[in-house]
Amino acid sequence: MSNPIKNPLAAEQLVADPVPSAGEPISMHPDADLSKTVGKIEVKNAKMSMRSVDVFYGDKQAIFDVNLDIARNEVIAMIGPSGCGKSTFLRCLNRMNDTIENCKVTGSVLLEGEDIYATKQDVVPLRAQVGMVFQKPNPFPKSIYDNVAYGPRIHGLAHSNVDLDEIVETSLQRAGLWSEVKDRLDQPGTGLSGGQQQRLCIARTIAVSPEVILMDEPCSALDPIATAKIEELIDELRSRFTIAIVTHSMQQAARVSNRTAYFHLGYLVEVGKTDDIFTNPNHKLTEDYITGRFG
Amino acid sequence: MSIDNFTGHISQRFDDELDAVKGRLTEMGGIVEQQVGDAIAALLNADVALAERVVKKDKSINKLEVAIDEDCALILARRQPAARDLRFVLSIIKTTTDLERIGDEADKMATQAISLSEEGKAPHGYVEIRHIGQHVSRMLSEALDCFVRQDVELALKVAQEDKAVDVEYGSALRAMMTYMMEDPRSITRVMSIMWSLRALERIGDHARNIAEHVIYMVQGDDVRHLGLKKMAEKVKQR
Repeated sequence: MSNPIKNPLAAEQLVADPVPSAGEPISMHPDADLSKTVGKIEVKNAKMSMRSVDVFYGDKQAIFDVNLDIARNEVIAMIGPSGCGKSTFLRCLNRMNDTIENCKVTGSVLLEGEDIYATKQDVVPLRAQVGMVFQKPNPFPKSIYDNVAYGPRIHGLAHSNVDLDEIVETSLQRAGLWSEVKDRLDQPGTGLSGGQQQRLCIARTIAVSPEVILMDEPCSALDPIATAKIEELIDELRSRFTIAIVTHSMQQAARVSNRTAYFHLGYLVEVGKTDDIFTNPNHKLTEDYITGRFG
Repeated sequence: MSIDNFTGHISQRFDDELDAVKGRLTEMGGIVEQQVGDAIAALLNADVALAERVVKKDKSINKLEVAIDEDCALILARRQPAARDLRFVLSIIKTTTDLERIGDEADKMATQAISLSEEGKAPHGYVEIRHIGQHVSRMLSEALDCFVRQDVELALKVAQEDKAVDVEYGSALRAMMTYMMEDPRSITRVMSIMWSLRALERIGDHARNIAEHVIYMVQGDDVRHLGLKKMAEKVKQR
């Protein structure tokens, strides 16, 4: 499925987002028990449900037995030090790891009860259902209009040009970009500012009516004002979509998410309500990380 | 746990800032404790000079309150602390408020001591002042201790003591009313004693508040308005 001719979306994303590196090795806390996740992993009527997920890059195991449910219309934040596996785990949720050679995923990842790793599953519609926004804004070298219209076109979502115009306008409005670009839809997307480009990428993602949106550090290349706009947008999008966001900014996780999952060395250490995690976490590693105590 | 339970941040300066603010709070606690002891002694011994020193020193407590709050505001702005660091800073801010009020109560007692000595000694009430004063001083010292040592068991004990002080205060008031009925000429002077008893009772309440802040800081459980039984359950749960 990583064939760039068959799947141009994947090809673009592959260029924009290289294989995540393992990062610096982290010293293990002596009394840390990582094997059992602290907190409640199950939710009622889950949108996505992951069980016993292991991920290997060649011989090296990157994710160890992660179990986690994602609730409908929730924003779940995944935090943890570099190399903890949070991005790797996020990429399992729409099979983005398929594009990486040597990467093997085991366990089950269910979307609405269906295993997305089943052999009959076609990843092209899957990635429309579970969209992704990356760290660096990566608009196609096309006009603003075509950037948003691209997905609906290849997925056959628009029956006429009027339909397509409407999808483009709605998506740009939901991404909070419409008023800024409506007079220059024919100009290249790459000519926008960083924050606008990122909102364009979000508009492109929501244009294909996804159910889940994965965001891999969507604000780390943006200034505080653009970041605030994206966070505001996440807040608005949560009524329509389920959102999983990986972020290095703990304040951002605290601001935008309902639940927070803390990853460490490939293990899911703790998951819980964001309000609890940031005022009174249960696991020592979580506490050490969010209070800035890792040496 | 000792004062260095705040060390270990990647940012050494963050450790230093937290340690510094804790040091200042300890200093403020020491002064307030001294003020309460001096105010009680000034009352019991009709020592006007000591009472005047207490009144004068209250200003330095107010200054410390402002300085500590400013330090905390800077830490919040600079570090955006989370989890126990956040609870620590919040507890410090609340504790300084209680300490400053305790300082005010000591100031009130000292003022009563001055007016009493001007009117001649009160005929009654010194036994009650001495008794409740000792009890409350011990509570205050334990409340400060449990803050420094992060000792929730001791904090629970302080909260329980407050109940006993309230009972003692109630019976002391009844005794004072009897004195006033027996000898209406002593009313003004007995009123001064009553105001001082009231101040001591309030100091006990503030010591209990500090103990509750300690439990929140250490465990993350907000035990205010819970009642002693539930508070004890929360402490034992951990």
